[in-house]
Amino acid sequence: MSDLLKRSPLEAAHIELGGKLVPFAGWNMPVQYTAILDEHSAVRTKAGVFDISHMGQFLVSGEGSLEWLNKMLANNVAKLGIGEGQYTFLLNGHGGVIDDLIIYRTGENDFFLVVNASMIEEDFAWFAKHQPESIELRNESELWAGMAVQGPESSAVFAVVCPGETLPPRNGISKTSTGSIVCRTGYTGEDGFEFFSPAEEGGEWLKKFVAAGAKPCGLGCRDSLRLEMCYPLNGNDLAPDRTPIEAGLGFFVDLDKGDFIGRETLAKQKAEGPAVKLVALQYTDKGAPPRAHYAVFSPEGEALGELSSGVHSPSLGTGIGLAYLPSAWTKIGTEVRIDVRGRQFPAKVVKKPFYKPAAKA
Amino acid sequence: MNVPSDLRFNTSHEWVRLEGDIATVGISDHAQEELTDVVFVELPAVGRAVDAGDPTAVVESVKAASDIYAPIGGEVVEVNPEVEANPALVNTDPYGAGWIFKLRVKNTADVESLLTPEGYIAQIS
Repeated sequence: MSDLLKRSPLEAAHIELGGKLVPFAGWNMPVQYTAILDEHSAVRTKAGVFDISHMGQFLVSGEGSLEWLNKMLANNVAKLGIGEGQYTFLLNGHGGVIDDLIIYRTGENDFFLVVNASMIEEDFAWFAKHQPESIELRNESELWAGMAVQGPESSAVFAVVCPGETLPPRNGISKTSTGSIVCRTGYTGEDGFEFFSPAEEGGEWLKKFVAAGAKPCGLGCRDSLRLEMCYPLNGNDLAPDRTPIEAGLGFFVDLDKGDFIGRETLAKQKAEGPAVKLVALQYTDKGAPPRAHYAVFSPEGEALGELSSGVHSPSLGTGIGLAYLPSAWTKIGTEVRIDVRGRQFPAKVVKKPFYKPAAKA
Repeated sequence: MNVPSDLRFNTSHEWVRLEGDIATVGISDHAQEELTDVVFVELPAVGRAVDAGDPTAVVESVKAASDIYAPIGGEVVEVNPEVEANPALVNTDPYGAGWIFKLRVKNTADVESLLTPEGYIAQIS
């Protein structure tokens, strides 16, 4: 079984640093080093570093890349200057989400895409299926090790590890003098950057970030951090039968840019209003941690849906979750019940996100 | 790893302190470390009769929910409201303030069937 697991180029460094490795999305990855709450708090207050080597990297280049990518993706690639990135969706013909990803423009006709680990093959096949001859598409996922340094002190960590180098602005991308790629984005709500080095150098970079003050963090707290921000997890909160409009992510869809795959469904949903919407639910008191697939009921006992994600929020000290509910039940303040093994805990629809990080640099 | 010499242990990581016919039950230091941060404890109803092996309480960490089994049969006579209010006590003081429930046991000799501290150390090492 373990032979089938993919191994991060950082694996030896994780073991050396005390990470607990477990199978995750087909990869042997650290779920935690010390404890999820510790690591969560380090990212909210100082800095943490995550292994994101399992994520995929695609390069797209050639005359007409922008126009082609604009037909493939929901957001407007034409809005990107060179060195800028944006969050976007790869949709199927029904407007359902194949994957959510970040696209960076690195040259006039050059783009760098970061996609979800479990979707690398499927995304690549979907792009390749629609690829015109003039466009070059490369899957470089095996070549890069990835680390996400996140937290209010992440700029200081960067300054120690890469002296003399400059971080790109928020949502930007740049290359270091040593050939690594730095993207100023993140999945925690905190200031931070993603660092992609040649795979064989990854372990050394990880140790440098840790030595510079970033706490090594597992994927466990990445989930609680991202959910506090209401950042969706593909496969849980996003799925091929759910659209970005239903997920409340219409801001990352540009219906005015011209045709793209899935546009028709999204335009219709936007005009008519979606039948279901992804809402943020928070316990009104303490309760057993909510988790994905737990049922959501009305106070009168009517089944409304189920959680797509759920977690005990370390920052709020109570249960939080996301659920697709019928639109009539999605108004802020609406009271519901979350069923945990037959016991129901009162919760209400709250404004997104659950947590507001301190102002970013 | 802290395994007090005056306790008995269940293979599923509960500990038992028998005083008279009252058995205090909690989870071991090893179990709390494996679970990591405990964020919720679901206590049984006082007065409930349980057999050895019955799921009697639930301890939830950030990661997962774990059933806590009655190590021996009896009646729940007391639960620890402190761990309901402050679940982290299970992590910080698993053999003291982090106890979970007390049973009036049917047959005090049943405790002999549980693991000795040495037996438990052998199981977890």
